[in-house]
Amino acid sequence: MSESAVLTEPSQCELTLDNLLESAEGQKVLTCMQCGTCAGTCPYGDVTEYPPRRIIGMLKAGELDTVLRSGSLLNCVACYACMAKCPRGIQLTEVLLPLVKERTFAQLPEVPAELQKALQNTLRYGNPMGESPRKRADWVKTAGVPIRILHQDPRPTDVLWFVECYTSYHPRGQDNSRATAKLLHALGIDFAILGNEEKCATECARLVGEAGLFDTLMDYNMKVFGKYQFKRILTSGAHAYDAFKYRYGSIGFDYPLEHTTPFFAQYHKQLKPKLMKKLDCTITYHDSCCLGRHNDFYDEPRLLLQAIPGVKLVEMEHNRVNSICCGGGGGGMWLDTYYKAKGYERLSERRVKEALATGADVLAVSCPYEVSRFEDAIKTVGGGSKMIVRDVVELLAESLEA
Amino acid sequence: MNILVLLKMVPDVVEELEVAGDGKSLDASFLRTIINERDDHALEQAILLKERHGGKVTVVALDAPDIDDTFFTAIAKGADRAVKITDAPEGLTTQSAARLCAEAIAGLLPADLILTGVQALDDLDGLSAALIAQQLNFPYVGVVTAVSAGGPTATVLKEFAGGVRGEFAVTLPAVLGVQAAEKPPRYVPIAKVRAVMKTSKIETVSAPGEAAAAQIDVRQLAKPVVSSHAEMLDGSPEEVAGKLVELLAQRGLL
Repeated sequence: MSESAVLTEPSQCELTLDNLLESAEGQKVLTCMQCGTCAGTCPYGDVTEYPPRRIIGMLKAGELDTVLRSGSLLNCVACYACMAKCPRGIQLTEVLLPLVKERTFAQLPEVPAELQKALQNTLRYGNPMGESPRKRADWVKTAGVPIRILHQDPRPTDVLWFVECYTSYHPRGQDNSRATAKLLHALGIDFAILGNEEKCATECARLVGEAGLFDTLMDYNMKVFGKYQFKRILTSGAHAYDAFKYRYGSIGFDYPLEHTTPFFAQYHKQLKPKLMKKLDCTITYHDSCCLGRHNDFYDEPRLLLQAIPGVKLVEMEHNRVNSICCGGGGGGMWLDTYYKAKGYERLSERRVKEALATGADVLAVSCPYEVSRFEDAIKTVGGGSKMIVRDVVELLAESLEA
Repeated sequence: MNILVLLKMVPDVVEELEVAGDGKSLDASFLRTIINERDDHALEQAILLKERHGGKVTVVALDAPDIDDTFFTAIAKGADRAVKITDAPEGLTTQSAARLCAEAIAGLLPADLILTGVQALDDLDGLSAALIAQQLNFPYVGVVTAVSAGGPTATVLKEFAGGVRGEFAVTLPAVLGVQAAEKPPRYVPIAKVRAVMKTSKIETVSAPGEAAAAQIDVRQLAKPVVSSHAEMLDGSPEEVAGKLVELLAQRGLL
């Protein structure tokens, strides 16, 4: 266990499955008319025994234990599709499904090995890949621009940039971070990072059902935020954005919050004249679940991509609210082997087939999970395609280099 | 069936290890300890046996940083009791640690089985379990990968090289050095560990007696010296392939 991520009390006033139906949200759950739109829109709806519609039916019938025992909700990649489409506006991915998942997870006879390792690593090292927490900020040496680390230089800063895990450790994630650093410098923004003090925001652990782990790291990160003075938080993690926006508030998070993509979109007028290098390519943009369906940032990434000279933007068949999840959310990032063993199609492969069908040269993304997922999927279903995957910030930074 | 599981904390090698100023030990300021992987398997095997046959599982360990977290996690997984051996001298050798542990374990008997990892990161010789068995005058089987119990003996699978396994009947009480449990060590949700921290107590016993004088002296601890580097071939895939073929031909491999 980490020297500093001490186990803590769970956050207070949480809804549980036992008190849900007496709450306002529970009353809303009871308005479900069993239309099945949720199951129809669920990317794994065809292989999931208990999609939201049936869960609600079983909950009403007092048969929820059957749902929990089935382990069915391990298929939920927390993509917000069912919630976005529910005609009754039931907060499925926000409220009901996490509660069911938490109970499902607690009862799992065996946690799939990859997921278990990721969760243990997150508790111990503050990142799911099990890298040394002392190397979290090592990428900074390769950034090409100076980056202030608060524990070395704790002066107040305008922007506290919460880098997150894949963007700190994964080689392709580090490309994202180097690009973000260049863009912040180009815009003359005063920023700093937490460096090795930062630990995973843990949103995906919560959404796979490991709420205790989420609470532990939330408490840790909040204490670290409290040590420094800054005006706003910027994060590269679409899932970290969600964690901060929707969950950290329960223990007092009230900092103005930004994700890199919509953040840079606010600066598109200042950025545009700096984007001198023509990229001459056709790009298709994949709406991530967190930024798109959950937070309605559909126009911002497209605005940025179109600000790059020489870019032609084309859309996939499923775009914006209909976007198909890369399969990495809700713990799916560490369930690939589990899904494959069950014979499910990999969602990243389903998505990449759509991207390939557009004939685009570049698949643009804005969630750090997607780069490696889609690059792998292009290798397996791309048939030798030369399509490349780039984060929006990588493309912007490339265009900066005239 | 009563089972004692001896756990040990070892340096976590995810963190880069640094040699301390004395040139003979690890720098403790950077050191984090973690449960020895094979001990985690021994614990899992004990819990599997408890689930099958009932009984009690007691985890025992020499005091170490983070040991309390390890104990609470063990209890959350299904152990009934945790006993910490305190006030042991620092810098124990494997032999003297085994002697201390054996004496502490003797105070916790009777037990049917004493399980521990067959090796540890800092005991690749796998001495501990055998030394403890000898001191307690119990039979010992090491490199164990499965245990079934019932009656006055246990049947254990022991692994040999080349995928060969031997089945042994061993009279109880016995000490087993576990190579791997029948299933990978289980995950326990953090909320459960947290609940255990509130409701469970860790018992302590003082390390009995004096540690034996070390018979082996550490002369020097040093990082390996890098003697050569891999050569990276640059260029287009065609150029790299060409260079590679040339290199292989030069070395007579083609």
